[in-house]
Order: sequence, then structure tokens, then C-alpha cells
Amino acid sequence: MIAIDGSTGILLAIGIPLIVTLFIAAFSRMPNLRDASSVIAAVLTFLVVLDLLGMVNAGQTPSVSLFEVMPGLVISFSIEPLGMIFALVASGLWIPAAIYSIGYMRAENERHLTRFNICYALAISAAIGIAFSANLFTLFIFYEVLTVSTYPLVAHKQTDEARRGARTYLAILMSTSILFLLTAIIWTWSATGTLDFQPGGFIAGHVDPALVPVLLALFAFGIGKAALMPFHRWLPSAMVAPTPVSALLHAVAVVKAGVFTMLKVGVYVFGVDYLSQTDASQWLVWLASASILIASIIALTKDDLKARLAYSTVSQLSYITLGMAMATQMGIIGGTMHIVTHAIGKITLFMCAGAIYVATHKKKVSELDGLGREMPFTFIAFTIASISIIGLPPFAGAWSKMYLMLGAANSGQLALIGVLLVSSLLNIAYLMPIVARGFFAPSPVAAHSLGAAAADDGKRWREAPFLCVLPLCLTALLCILLVFEIGPLYEFLLHIPILPEVPTP
Amino acid sequence: MQEVVFDLEFIIGHYNYWLFVILMMTGLYITVSRGNLIKKVVGLNLFQTSVFMLYISMGKIEGGTAPILTGDPNTVYSNPVPHVLILTAIVVGIATTALALALVVRIREEFGTIEEDELTEIEEKLEFAEQGDDAIPVSGEASVNKRESGGK
Amino acid sequence: MIDLITKNLPALQVVIPLMAAPICAIFNRGRLAWTIAFIVAIVSFAISAALLSQTLDGGVISYHLGGWAPPIGIEYRVDVLNAFVLLIVSGIAVVTLPYAVKSVAQEIPQEKQGFFYTALLLCLTGLLGVTITGDAFNVFVFLEISSLSTYALVATGAERNRRALTAAYNYLIMGTVGATFFVIGLGLLYMATGTLNMVDLAHQITLRGDSRMLHMGFAFVLVGIGLKLAMFPLHLWLPNAYTFAPSAVSVFISATSTKVAVYVLLRFMFGIFGFDYAYQQSTLQYVLLPLALLAMFAASLVAVFQTDLKRMLAYSSIAQVGYMLLGTAFMTQTGVMATVIHLFNHAVTKATLFMVAGAFVYSVGSSKISDLKGLGRAMPWTSAAFVVGGLSLIGIPLTVGFVSKWYLVQAALELGWWPIAAAIVLSSLIAVAYVWRIVETLYLHSPSPDSKAKEAPLAMIIPMWVLAAATVYFGTHAALTSAAASRAASTLISASNIIWQ
Repeated sequence: MIAIDGSTGILLAIGIPLIVTLFIAAFSRMPNLRDASSVIAAVLTFLVVLDLLGMVNAGQTPSVSLFEVMPGLVISFSIEPLGMIFALVASGLWIPAAIYSIGYMRAENERHLTRFNICYALAISAAIGIAFSANLFTLFIFYEVLTVSTYPLVAHKQTDEARRGARTYLAILMSTSILFLLTAIIWTWSATGTLDFQPGGFIAGHVDPALVPVLLALFAFGIGKAALMPFHRWLPSAMVAPTPVSALLHAVAVVKAGVFTMLKVGVYVFGVDYLSQTDASQWLVWLASASILIASIIALTKDDLKARLAYSTVSQLSYITLGMAMATQMGIIGGTMHIVTHAIGKITLFMCAGAIYVATHKKKVSELDGLGREMPFTFIAFTIASISIIGLPPFAGAWSKMYLMLGAANSGQLALIGVLLVSSLLNIAYLMPIVARGFFAPSPVAAHSLGAAAADDGKRWREAPFLCVLPLCLTALLCILLVFEIGPLYEFLLHIPILPEVPTP
Repeated sequence: MQEVVFDLEFIIGHYNYWLFVILMMTGLYITVSRGNLIKKVVGLNLFQTSVFMLYISMGKIEGGTAPILTGDPNTVYSNPVPHVLILTAIVVGIATTALALALVVRIREEFGTIEEDELTEIEEKLEFAEQGDDAIPVSGEASVNKRESGGK
Repeated sequence: MIDLITKNLPALQVVIPLMAAPICAIFNRGRLAWTIAFIVAIVSFAISAALLSQTLDGGVISYHLGGWAPPIGIEYRVDVLNAFVLLIVSGIAVVTLPYAVKSVAQEIPQEKQGFFYTALLLCLTGLLGVTITGDAFNVFVFLEISSLSTYALVATGAERNRRALTAAYNYLIMGTVGATFFVIGLGLLYMATGTLNMVDLAHQITLRGDSRMLHMGFAFVLVGIGLKLAMFPLHLWLPNAYTFAPSAVSVFISATSTKVAVYVLLRFMFGIFGFDYAYQQSTLQYVLLPLALLAMFAASLVAVFQTDLKRMLAYSSIAQVGYMLLGTAFMTQTGVMATVIHLFNHAVTKATLFMVAGAFVYSVGSSKISDLKGLGRAMPWTSAAFVVGGLSLIGIPLTVGFVSKWYLVQAALELGWWPIAAAIVLSSLIAVAYVWRIVETLYLHSPSPDSKAKEAPLAMIIPMWVLAAATVYFGTHAALTSAAASRAASTLISASNIIWQ
């Protein structure tokens, strides 16, 4: 592999998905080439990000500045551990997602695939841009690019329902970001005169301590992508999108960009230490807890599989927000780790839901009886991912939950441990029945006697196409493998700064 | 000033302003209230003329003569600048009137009327026809249209 | 020779288009008239660029027309503020004219095209004259030159839709009432000070102090200009005029005429009356601020419910004028700067959008929103330009709209006016609603089966994309525009301050 330096690496990581949109557009009449170029770009991007990881591990801080937009506001990038993790997740999961979308979209005979692939690549580019942003301004730009580029994906089916869902999606994300996030950024700018992320934050001493919770609220609600209640409605309504898009929204880019921004703001704008000293995030702790529990309970009531998963996402995202709001090192580490584990778990779940839909056109949980025996791969993957999301060992999700609980213990708020435990129980209650129905419930033969008669071997349904099943098996495998890699990840995350850097004399 | 409630001298002394105000208000009122497009133009002309009066009277200096050099250093002249300005304004006014009348002629050719309420009626029909049945239905549209035509 | 030209640049700026106008009328051949107009526009642009480069460092060019020294003679006075506005006006003219070729050929009969370009050049003359002159009465004269030619230009839309005639008539009545108010105001100012030269006016106002006459004059000027710039309750002429005018005219006047009127307002409020006067004596923010806010919300809301793209854009213009007034009402350096930068940004954005609307009119024969279904596929370039312009209207980063909003919100926060800052961002959300309605129509509806829409000709696409590119370029490299705007603001303020101290 060619050795690249840090700044080229950053530009490549953001640029490859951008450049590939040109190829996709050029190959719009050659479906195979077009789809292949997506996958190749995904692999290349991931390799570049891995290369950057090597540099960060070697103690470097790759950074690059592009140009000055307004006096004092520069588009620039710089890599720190938190962003590195998010970039790894986004680019890494793009590979299975790209493969999966080929299988899914072809099986479903979806149209407008050129537009779909272009927007998908744009969204990935924006996500990596968010990950590497060196200041709030750059982050905001890519945040908006992400919103706009995912809009056509949500509206992909062009039905009335899709348009409505997409409208809600855009309305909530854009209004929160313009109304609150932009205001918060401009406030920060006029109070401190800088927007550059700094270890330990830069708010301290510039904003009246009484107003710090207000500023934090503007940020927390402004980052609508983190789906903090009451601004979570966009996530369920975006469920009208094709499943690969849901995977992108929930696991790879959009919501993860939201919670990543949340963590980033907590660590590099406010500073963990400052937050814990001022208790400015105390209200957020309780809001996030409420969000966790309420969303889990709503998930219980949903019969539509994707809607249930969507509310599960709302609840899981609030774990990460909670991790930030606790303002302890363990909380931050747990939150970051949860970005990784939840992403892998949720992408698996969504790909399974899509695979079930492709194979059987069933959307409701109550229709899944007995399907597990006929689609074993899909359902085994679903089981693994579910357990990981619930947070039981020996799967990856167990670790992130453990660190979150450690964080809660460190912050001295034992009630939070209770919240996390109750929520785990709720997770079991809404995820496990799906598995149970799939494997143990009797197939409703009577209702389908005609269908059953048609199939000689007794199996009425077959697995989804290979290209759909392969990626979800891979990510399920990752859920297991990650358990063993958690040590290095923890070590890496310890580098996230908690205290302001002491200037060396 | 405060103890004198009714200062006749003040009022009479500023009679040119009173004339200006009355003329101006008459003109403006006609422009706004009449439905006939020609009458509107007439009102506009009155309105503009009132301003000419204002300028000309403000340039007048008591005992002053027309500002033509007499050679006598003791001659008092009226201020020529407002007069010159008003010459320009008159030209502008004539151009405006001409253009307005030309527009009225064209409107009469196209619509067959120069009464504003009839025009509004025709325009509303046109708007309806333009929207047709394939228009995207939007709630509150009717009120918006009413508001617009009310403003004309 | 060169020396002669450089010395007389300010006069040439106005005289060249003025002289070229009758030449166009004499030849009255569409092609030839267009060529003349285009050359003139380019020359004007070059001159204004030269003027801006001379004044960018804060210098002032004072040009005495006919050699008569001010305050008796007419003075052309160029500082960075009006050089900037000159550049906007002539720049828009340069991009509009290539665009006009095709759309004028379709919308205006051959034998009238010469007159059309004559009127367009006169309009350009008027707008440049208003901007460059340092004499208050001269402002009126040029304002009327531009307005009269605009009435005529709007009326030429009658070939496509006869409602253009009534639109032009209403515009004429309201415009003339506004101009007359303006003259009354000038008369009162003259009575109070005995001068019409702007610098001298400012000087005399300081010398003689406050008087009731000044108050009245100020009020009349404000209302008169308010009519010209479509300040909210005085905006009724604007929607129909913009809707029924020929496409090229919509592009040109939407991008220039209200902007020039805003410039005049700035000049009178700050350059003549001075910051402190306008602020303390007239407590202006109680008038301007609510009106600006009303415009931002009411006009945006009305825009959401329009069925015609051009009319929707027209209402959006009224709302955008609200932003400019808001910046003015802040009465701070940042506020004025936000106004000035929004002048530029909005001109670029709105011209792009009206060009898009014109391209739809050209290809589909209509700008009704219901006729635009699914055009994203048939007219990809035009539709994409709409998306760029629309994003800028909303104020998404990387577009000029964002830069404007950034400075506006910052100006509000500097004063600690939180509710106003909230109102700014809130009202831009309404823009999301009306812009997105169009985007949905273009991209997410299937085209009607008998639609034969084709992409607009290159002559329209290129100017459109030049402006769309400018929207993005100046949205990402705002240092240039913000430096000019900031200097303009401080020139305006320091001028008034020096007089006051």
C-alpha cells in the first residue's frame, strides 16, 4: 500500500466517496459497474481510514485546513480518537451496507438506483467529514450536507407515504439544526471568538455559568440526529425508506453522526470536567434516562418490525447521550463504545428485517411465526445481534453497557444503574419475542395451506438472495469478534481528553 | 407657543402650506378611492402638482424678483434652485402621465374596461382558469387570493 | 486619453448606458440592440469594478459634474458602499443579457425588441445613477428614470399574459406615489437646511440641530423609499409585477431595483441623518423592526401557499427585504454589514431562482407549480440550479444565504436581542417549507405523460449556472464580500460619526 501522509489521508477519506459519485453517474446505464464502483469505493475508503488509524495510534494528529469561508471560520479537519472511531464505524459498515443494498434493491426491483447510490456515497462522505471536523463550523456544514443528501434516500419510493415521511424527516432535522444548533454555534462564536474543538473544552469562563445549561440545551436539541425526545419523530417516519437506507440512517451514518456530535460537543466544547463541576448536564441525564425508558416502552407496542427497531434505536441513542451527560470518563468511553457496538448490532437487525421482507414481504412481528426454521441464517444473525443490543455477554454490546454502568457508578448516581438495568429488561421484552416467534412458534400452516402445497420440501419460504444474507452474517460475526477486541478499543478511548491541556511552560 | 392655543397669524402666515396640504390630500384621496383608471391618473397629477406648489412657494422670498441678473447689487432674488428642481420634476410628471395613459389604453384594448372593480373580477376569473383543476390543492389559498385582489 | 477616461469614470458609468439607450431605439433591430446593450453592460461592469478597486481601501472619489463644485453643482460621490452596489447592479446586467436572448425572442415580438433593450438600458442607467450620485434630488430623478422604464418593461409581459398590464399600472400608481412622497421629503429637507448635496446635508443637519421639519422630511423620505423597496405593508405592487413581467425583466429587477432602494435607505438614514440621529431622535427601531419581522413571517407564509413559482419567489423577495431592513434596524456596525452583504447575496440568489423560473416558462410555457411535476429528469440542469438557489434562500451552509444569516444572527446576539435572533432562524424555516414544495414537485412526482419538456437552451443554462456557482463560491469564500461589506458599513458609520463629533 502506498504510504500517504495525514492530510492527504483525510482528504482521500472524504474525497473517495465524493469522487465515486461521478463514476456512479457515468455508469448509470451499466448497473453492474455502477454497483461495483460503490463497493470498491467503500473498501478503498475503509483502507484509507485504517491507514489514518495507524497514524493516530503512532501518536500523530493528522490535520488539514482547506479554506476560509468567512473571516475566522475555516473549513478544517483534524483527527482525534473519538472522530477516528466514528470514521471507522461509518466507513467500515459502508462495505456490508453497499453489498447489501445491491442484493436488496435488485431483489425489490427498485428504480432510480443511480440517484440512490450517489446519495448514499454523499452521505458517507458527509459522515466522515463530521468525524474529522476540527471545528464546530465544519461540523455544522457536513451535518447539513448529511441531512440534505439523505432526504432523497428516505423519499426514494416516491409514493405519497414516502414523501410524507421524508417531509417529516427533513422538517425535524433541518428545523432543529437551524433553530437550535446554529443559534448555539453563533452564540458560542460570539461568546468565545473561536469554534475550534479543544481538549477539555473552551466554554469555561466565557459563558455565564447560569446560562451553560441553556447553551447545552440548544446543542442537545439542536443535534436532532441524536433523536433525543421530544425530537425523535423523524426516525420512525423515515422507516418508509428501503431497508438499506434504514441501515444507513440507524447504524452507519445519520444517528451515529448525531450522537457523535453530542459526544464531541460534550468533550471538546464544554469539557467533561467543566460539565461535571457545574452540573450543567444534570437535566440532560434525566431527559436521556426518560428517553431511554419511554422509547423502549413504545417499542414494545409496535407490531411493525421496522418501527419497533426504530424506537429501539431512539432508546439506544439516549444511552450515548446519557454517557455524555454523566460527565465522567467512563461515561464517555461507554458512550463511544456504544456507538460501535450499537452500530454493528443495529445494522445486523435492519439487514435481517430487510432480508425477511425481501424473502417473504412480511413486515409485522406477528407474522413471523416459524420463519426462523426456514430462514436459519437470517434468524441466527438476528438473535446474535439482539443479544448484543440487549447487552448480554458474550457479545460486544455487553462491554459498552458495562462501561456505561461504571460511568454511572463513578458519577455517584446509582439510580442511573437502575435505569440501565430496567432498560435492558425492556430490550429483552421487545427483541426476544421476535426470536422466539421465529424459532419456536408453530408455522401458521392452515392460513397458508395453498402456499404450503406449492412447496414440496415443506419449506414455504427461502432465504433472501445471497448478497442480502452475506453481509448480515458478516456483521453478526463482527458482534462476536468484537468481544475479544474490546481491550485495545478501551485503551484507545482512554486517549479522549477529559481535562483541559495544561500548557507546557 | 404652548399658551397660545389658536395662533391666527401662524395659520395665515403659512397659507401656502395649507394649500399644499389640501391639494396633496385631494390628489392622494382621488388616486386611492376612484375606481376609474383615468381618474386615478388625474388624482396622481393633482398630487404631484401640489408638490410643485410646495417647492415653488418655498423658493419665494418676500420682495424678491425673478432670479435674472439685474446688475444692481441690492436686488433681492427669489431662490432659483427649487424652481429648477421643479422643472425636472414636471418633466418626470409628464412622462409618468404619458406612460400611465398609454397603459390605460392598452388595458382597455385587452380587457375592454377601465373600471377597477370590473378588472378585478376579470382577473379573478383568469386566476381561477390559470389554476385549473390540476392545481395542487393548498389550504388557505382562497383567503390569500382575496387578500391580494383586495390590495389592488 | 486613458487619463481622460480614468478621471471621468464616475460620469461614464451613467452616461454610457444613457447614450446607448436611444441608439438601441434608433436601430430597433433585436440582434443589434442586444449586442449594443451587452457591450454596454460589460463596459459598465468594468467601470464599476475599477471604481470598487479604487475605493476598497476606504478612499472616496468625488466627481464634480460639469466642473461645478458642490454643494451648488451635482456631485458624484463614490465610496466603497456604492461602488459595491454598482458592481452588483452592473454584474447582474451582464449575466441577465445573455440569458435574455432566448427568452426575449420567445416572449417579445421581433419589432419591439429594440425598444425592449432601450428600456432595459434606461433602467440600468437609472439604477446606476441612483447609486452613484451624491446629490439628493438627483437620486429622485434617476429613481424615476429607472422606475418609468421598469413600468414599461413589466408591461411588455402582456404578450404572454395580459395581466402584466394591470400589474404595471398598479406598480406605476404606487411607485409614483412613493416617488412623490420622496420629493416632498427632499423639499422639507431643503427647507430645513438649504442644500441638497448629501455630504452638505449631513453637515447642515449637525450644524442646525434637530427640528420638526427634519422629522417630517425624514418620515416622508422613509415612506417614499419604503414603497420603492417593498417594505412590508407597502409591497402590494411587487408580487404581480414580478410574476407577469417577462422572465428576463423579473431576473433583472428582482436582483437590482429593491436592492438599490435599500441602498438609498441606508444612505439617507446613516449617511445623511447619521447614526445617532436616526437612532435617538426617531426611535426608528420601533417602526422598522416590527415591519421587518412582519415581512419575514407574513410574506414567507404567503409564499408557502402560492401556486405559481414566480409569484412564490416574489413573496420570498418581500420576506428577504425584511431581513435587510432588520439589519438596518439594528443600527450597529454588524447590522449594517449584514444588510449590505445580504444585498449582494440575495441579488445573486434571487437572480438564479428567477432564471430558473424563466427557463421553466421557456420550456414548459408556464411557471405554475402544478406544471413542473417531475421536471427534475427532463430539465436536470435547471432543476439542480433551483436546488442550489433554494438552499441559499433557506440559508444552508456553503451558500451565500448562510453567510447573510450568520451575520444577521450575530448582529442580533451582539445586542443581546435573543427573541430577534430566534425570529431570524425561525423565519428561515418557513423558507424550507416553500422551497421544499418545489423540490418535491420537481423530483418526487412523476412527469405528466404528455409532457414534452426539454432542457432549456445553453444560452439560459450558462448564465443561470454562473450565478448558481457564484452562490456557492461566495458562500464558501465570503472573505471578499464580507470585507467589502464591513468596510462599507464602517465608512457609512464613521462618516456620520465624524460629523457628529
